Amino acid sequence: MITSVNHFSIFVLNQDSAYDFYVNKLGFKVHTDASMGPGKRWLTVTPPEQPDLEITLMAIDEGMMFKKESAAKMRELVMEGTFGFAVFQCNDLMATYEELKGKGVRFKKEPKKEFYGFEALFIDDSGNWFSLTEKAANN
Amino acid sequence: MAAYLPKIYLYRRIVLAKLFIDEHFAENINLNDIAGEAFFSKFHFIRLFKKAYGKTPHQYLTTVRIENAKLILQTEVTITDVCYSVGFDGVSSFTHLFKKFTKLTPSAYQQQQRIRKIEMAKSPLKFIPNCFAEQKGWVKKRNFKQVP
Repeated sequence: MITSVNHFSIFVLNQDSAYDFYVNKLGFKVHTDASMGPGKRWLTVTPPEQPDLEITLMAIDEGMMFKKESAAKMRELVMEGTFGFAVFQCNDLMATYEELKGKGVRFKKEPKKEFYGFEALFIDDSGNWFSLTEKAANN
Repeated sequence: MAAYLPKIYLYRRIVLAKLFIDEHFAENINLNDIAGEAFFSKFHFIRLFKKAYGKTPHQYLTTVRIENAKLILQTEVTITDVCYSVGFDGVSSFTHLFKKFTKLTPSAYQQQQRIRKIEMAKSPLKFIPNCFAEQKGWVKKRNFKQVP
Protein backbone atom coordinates (compact mmCIF):
# COMPACT_ATOMS: atom_id res chain seq x y z
CA MET A 1 0.00 0.00 0.00
CA ILE A 2 1.49 3.31 -1.06
CA THR A 3 1.06 5.86 1.70
CA SER A 4 2.70 9.09 0.53
CA VAL A 5 5.20 10.84 -1.72
CA ASN A 6 8.48 12.08 -0.27
CA HIS A 7 10.55 12.86 -3.39
CA PHE A 8 9.84 14.08 -6.87
CA SER A 9 12.10 15.66 -9.45
CA ILE A 10 11.98 18.74 -11.59
CA PHE A 11 14.46 18.92 -14.45
CA VAL A 12 16.17 22.29 -14.51
CA LEU A 13 18.59 23.96 -16.89
CA ASN A 14 20.79 25.50 -14.22
CA GLN A 15 20.83 24.58 -10.53
CA ASP A 16 22.17 27.95 -9.32
CA SER A 17 19.39 29.77 -11.10
CA ALA A 18 16.83 27.18 -9.94
CA TYR A 19 18.04 27.65 -6.35
CA ASP A 20 17.41 31.37 -6.64
CA PHE A 21 13.97 30.82 -8.17
CA TYR A 22 12.68 28.18 -5.77
CA VAL A 23 14.27 29.54 -2.58
CA ASN A 24 14.36 33.30 -3.03
CA LYS A 25 11.26 33.78 -5.17
CA LEU A 26 8.91 30.93 -4.21
CA GLY A 27 10.12 30.79 -0.59
CA PHE A 28 10.94 27.07 -0.55
CA LYS A 29 13.45 25.75 2.00
CA VAL A 30 16.70 24.05 1.10
CA HIS A 31 16.63 20.48 2.39
CA THR A 32 19.87 19.04 0.99
CA ASP A 33 22.60 20.75 -0.97
CA ALA A 34 25.46 18.31 -1.41
CA SER A 35 28.44 18.62 -3.70
CA MET A 36 28.90 15.45 -5.74
CA GLY A 37 32.21 16.38 -7.27
CA PRO A 38 33.24 18.98 -9.81
CA GLY A 39 30.16 20.59 -11.37
CA LYS A 40 27.78 18.04 -9.82
CA ARG A 41 25.31 18.78 -7.10
CA TRP A 42 22.39 17.11 -5.35
CA LEU A 43 19.92 19.85 -4.53
CA THR A 44 16.52 19.37 -2.94
CA VAL A 45 14.03 21.90 -1.61
CA THR A 46 10.78 21.58 0.31
CA PRO A 47 7.59 23.64 0.20
CA PRO A 48 7.53 25.96 3.26
CA GLU A 49 4.85 24.00 5.09
CA GLN A 50 5.63 20.51 3.80
CA PRO A 51 9.13 19.71 5.11
CA ASP A 52 8.90 15.99 4.31
CA LEU A 53 8.41 16.43 0.57
CA GLU A 54 11.80 16.84 -1.11
CA ILE A 55 11.69 18.31 -4.59
CA THR A 56 14.87 17.45 -6.43
CA LEU A 57 16.11 20.21 -8.70
CA MET A 58 17.73 17.84 -11.15
CA ALA A 59 20.28 19.19 -13.60
CA ILE A 60 19.97 17.92 -17.15
CA ASP A 61 23.52 16.70 -17.53
CA GLU A 62 25.04 14.45 -20.11
CA GLY A 63 25.96 11.24 -18.31
CA MET A 64 24.34 8.03 -17.18
CA MET A 65 20.87 9.52 -17.05
CA PHE A 66 21.01 11.31 -20.40
CA LYS A 67 23.07 10.60 -23.50
CA LYS A 68 24.41 13.76 -25.17
CA GLU A 69 21.57 13.96 -27.72
CA SER A 70 18.93 13.15 -25.11
CA ALA A 71 20.23 15.87 -22.78
CA ALA A 72 20.09 18.42 -25.59
CA LYS A 73 16.58 17.32 -26.52
CA MET A 74 15.46 17.39 -22.90
CA ARG A 75 16.81 20.90 -22.41
CA GLU A 76 14.96 22.01 -25.51
CA LEU A 77 11.69 20.45 -24.31
CA VAL A 78 12.02 22.07 -20.87
CA MET A 79 12.77 25.47 -22.40
CA GLU A 80 9.75 25.14 -24.70
CA GLY A 81 7.49 24.72 -21.67
CA THR A 82 6.53 21.12 -22.44
CA PHE A 83 6.38 19.96 -18.83
CA GLY A 84 3.89 20.79 -16.11
CA PHE A 85 4.93 18.95 -12.99
CA ALA A 86 2.78 19.86 -10.04
CA VAL A 87 -0.06 21.76 -8.46
CA PHE A 88 1.04 24.03 -5.63
CA GLN A 89 -1.51 25.07 -3.05
CA CYS A 90 -1.83 28.43 -1.34
CA ASN A 91 -4.25 29.92 1.16
CA ASP A 92 -5.05 32.90 -1.00
CA LEU A 93 -4.32 32.94 -4.71
CA MET A 94 -4.56 36.68 -5.28
CA ALA A 95 -2.15 37.54 -2.47
CA THR A 96 0.32 34.87 -3.62
CA TYR A 97 -0.07 35.91 -7.26
CA GLU A 98 0.59 39.56 -6.42
CA GLU A 99 3.65 38.68 -4.36
CA LEU A 100 5.19 36.33 -6.93
CA LYS A 101 4.46 38.70 -9.79
CA GLY A 102 6.15 41.45 -7.81
CA LYS A 103 9.20 39.19 -7.49
CA GLY A 104 9.36 38.74 -11.24
CA VAL A 105 7.73 35.31 -11.57
CA ARG A 106 6.19 34.84 -15.04
CA PHE A 107 2.59 33.64 -15.33
CA LYS A 108 1.18 31.86 -18.35
CA LYS A 109 -2.36 31.98 -16.98
CA GLU A 110 -3.76 34.80 -14.88
CA PRO A 111 -5.87 33.87 -11.82
CA LYS A 112 -9.14 32.37 -12.99
CA LYS A 113 -12.07 30.74 -11.27
CA GLU A 114 -12.27 27.02 -12.02
CA PHE A 115 -14.69 24.43 -10.67
CA TYR A 116 -12.05 23.30 -8.14
CA GLY A 117 -11.04 26.77 -6.97
CA PHE A 118 -8.97 29.69 -8.22
CA GLU A 119 -5.99 28.87 -10.36
CA ALA A 120 -3.07 30.57 -12.05
CA LEU A 121 -0.18 28.99 -13.93
CA PHE A 122 3.38 30.15 -13.46
CA ILE A 123 6.64 29.25 -15.16
CA ASP A 124 9.93 28.55 -13.40
CA ASP A 125 13.29 29.90 -14.51
CA SER A 126 13.86 26.87 -16.77
CA GLY A 127 10.47 26.80 -18.51
CA ASN A 128 8.58 24.23 -16.41
CA TRP A 129 5.05 25.31 -15.60
CA PHE A 130 3.02 24.77 -12.44
CA SER A 131 -0.51 25.29 -11.29
CA LEU A 132 -0.94 27.58 -8.31
CA THR A 133 -4.30 26.89 -6.75
CA GLU A 134 -6.49 28.10 -3.96
CA LYS A 135 -8.95 25.32 -3.33
CA ALA A 136 -12.63 26.16 -3.40
CA ALA A 137 -14.24 26.00 0.03
CA ASN A 138 -16.34 22.99 -0.99
CA ASN A 139 -13.54 21.12 -2.77
CA MET B 1 -11.71 36.45 -10.73
CA ALA B 2 -14.22 39.21 -11.57
CA ALA B 3 -15.33 39.30 -7.95
CA TYR B 4 -11.70 39.67 -6.91
CA LEU B 5 -10.80 42.57 -9.17
CA PRO B 6 -12.05 45.45 -7.00
CA LYS B 7 -10.15 43.96 -4.08
CA ILE B 8 -6.75 43.85 -5.74
CA TYR B 9 -5.65 47.01 -3.95
CA LEU B 10 -6.36 45.23 -0.64
CA TYR B 11 -4.23 42.25 -1.67
CA ARG B 12 -1.41 44.54 -2.66
CA ARG B 13 -1.47 46.12 0.80
CA ILE B 14 -1.49 42.74 2.51
CA VAL B 15 1.38 41.57 0.32
CA LEU B 16 3.30 44.74 1.16
CA ALA B 17 2.77 44.07 4.86
CA LYS B 18 4.05 40.50 4.45
CA LEU B 19 7.07 41.67 2.46
CA PHE B 20 7.74 44.32 5.13
CA ILE B 21 7.92 41.54 7.74
CA ASP B 22 10.13 39.44 5.43
CA GLU B 23 12.57 42.33 5.13
CA HIS B 24 12.45 43.88 8.60
CA PHE B 25 11.92 40.84 10.85
CA ALA B 26 15.20 41.54 12.66
CA GLU B 27 14.04 44.96 13.74
CA ASN B 28 11.69 45.96 16.51
CA ILE B 29 8.52 45.73 14.40
CA ASN B 30 5.32 47.17 15.74
CA LEU B 31 2.44 45.39 14.05
CA ASN B 32 0.12 48.32 14.76
CA ASP B 33 2.41 50.40 12.57
CA ILE B 34 2.12 47.86 9.78
CA ALA B 35 -1.67 47.93 10.01
CA GLY B 36 -1.48 51.72 9.93
CA GLU B 37 0.81 51.67 6.92
CA ALA B 38 -1.68 49.46 5.12
CA PHE B 39 -4.56 51.84 6.00
CA PHE B 40 -6.56 49.13 7.74
CA SER B 41 -8.01 48.90 11.16
CA LYS B 42 -5.91 46.49 13.19
CA PHE B 43 -8.75 43.96 13.34
CA HIS B 44 -9.40 44.10 9.58
CA PHE B 45 -5.68 43.83 8.88
CA ILE B 46 -5.23 40.75 11.06
CA ARG B 47 -8.28 39.06 9.52
CA LEU B 48 -7.15 39.65 5.93
CA PHE B 49 -3.55 38.71 6.70
CA LYS B 50 -4.64 35.45 8.28
CA LYS B 51 -6.88 34.63 5.32
CA ALA B 52 -3.96 35.19 2.94
CA TYR B 53 -1.20 33.45 4.87
CA GLY B 54 -2.92 31.16 7.35
CA LYS B 55 -1.27 32.95 10.29
CA THR B 56 -1.79 36.20 12.14
CA PRO B 57 0.89 38.84 11.43
CA HIS B 58 2.43 38.15 14.84
CA GLN B 59 2.51 34.39 14.24
CA TYR B 60 4.01 35.00 10.81
CA LEU B 61 6.67 37.32 12.23
CA THR B 62 7.63 34.69 14.81
CA THR B 63 7.80 32.00 12.11
CA VAL B 64 10.06 34.16 9.92
CA ARG B 65 12.34 34.85 12.89
CA ILE B 66 12.58 31.17 13.80
CA GLU B 67 13.21 30.11 10.18
CA ASN B 68 15.99 32.68 9.88
CA ALA B 69 17.43 31.58 13.21
CA LYS B 70 17.55 28.01 11.83
CA LEU B 71 19.56 29.24 8.86
CA ILE B 72 22.04 31.19 11.00
CA LEU B 73 22.39 28.26 13.39
CA GLN B 74 23.87 26.29 10.51
CA THR B 75 26.94 28.50 10.99
CA GLU B 76 29.14 28.89 14.05
CA VAL B 77 27.39 31.94 15.52
CA THR B 78 26.64 31.99 19.25
CA ILE B 79 23.05 31.40 20.38
CA THR B 80 22.91 34.87 21.92
CA ASP B 81 24.02 36.51 18.69
CA VAL B 82 21.51 34.47 16.68
CA CYS B 83 18.75 35.46 19.10
CA TYR B 84 19.33 39.20 18.73
CA SER B 85 20.16 39.06 15.03
CA VAL B 86 16.69 37.75 14.17
CA GLY B 87 14.81 40.24 16.34
CA PHE B 88 14.13 38.48 19.65
CA ASP B 89 14.74 40.59 22.72
CA GLY B 90 15.85 37.84 25.08
CA VAL B 91 17.56 34.45 24.92
CA SER B 92 15.01 32.87 27.22
CA SER B 93 11.98 33.70 25.05
CA PHE B 94 13.97 32.81 21.93
CA THR B 95 14.90 29.39 23.33
CA HIS B 96 11.33 28.73 24.44
CA LEU B 97 9.84 29.63 21.04
CA PHE B 98 12.55 27.84 19.11
CA LYS B 99 11.90 24.66 21.03
CA LYS B 100 8.16 25.04 20.54
CA PHE B 101 8.66 25.22 16.75
CA THR B 102 11.45 22.69 16.23
CA LYS B 103 11.28 20.41 19.30
CA LEU B 104 14.96 21.18 19.86
CA THR B 105 16.81 23.86 21.78
CA PRO B 106 18.86 26.24 19.61
CA SER B 107 22.11 24.68 20.80
CA ALA B 108 20.88 21.13 20.12
CA TYR B 109 19.71 22.22 16.67
CA GLN B 110 23.07 23.85 15.97
CA GLN B 111 24.88 20.69 17.02
CA GLN B 112 22.57 18.53 14.88
CA GLN B 113 23.24 20.75 11.85
CA ARG B 114 26.98 20.74 12.51
CA ILE B 115 27.01 16.92 12.45
CA ARG B 116 24.79 16.82 9.35
CA LYS B 117 27.09 19.22 7.49
CA ILE B 118 30.20 17.17 8.30
CA GLU B 119 28.43 13.94 7.34
CA MET B 120 27.16 15.44 4.10
CA ALA B 121 30.65 16.53 3.07
CA LYS B 122 32.10 13.15 4.04
CA SER B 123 29.40 10.80 2.76
CA PRO B 124 26.96 12.66 0.50
CA LEU B 125 25.43 9.41 -0.76
CA LYS B 126 23.78 8.96 2.64
CA PHE B 127 21.52 11.89 1.74
CA ILE B 128 20.44 10.66 -1.69
CA PRO B 129 17.98 7.86 -2.51
CA ASN B 130 20.07 5.14 -4.12
CA CYS B 131 17.89 4.92 -7.22
CA PHE B 132 18.80 8.51 -8.09
CA ALA B 133 22.47 8.07 -7.20
CA GLU B 134 22.73 5.06 -9.49
CA GLN B 135 21.03 6.90 -12.34
CA LYS B 136 23.56 9.67 -11.94
CA GLY B 137 26.49 7.25 -11.76
CA TRP B 138 27.30 8.33 -8.22
CA VAL B 139 28.63 5.20 -6.58
CA LYS B 140 30.34 4.36 -3.31
CA LYS B 141 34.11 4.71 -2.98
CA ARG B 142 34.08 7.61 -5.41
CA ASN B 143 35.72 10.85 -4.38
CA PHE B 144 33.05 13.55 -4.31
CA LYS B 145 35.33 16.31 -3.12
CA GLN B 146 35.30 19.50 -5.14
CA VAL B 147 38.45 20.35 -7.04
CA PRO B 148 39.73 23.59 -5.45
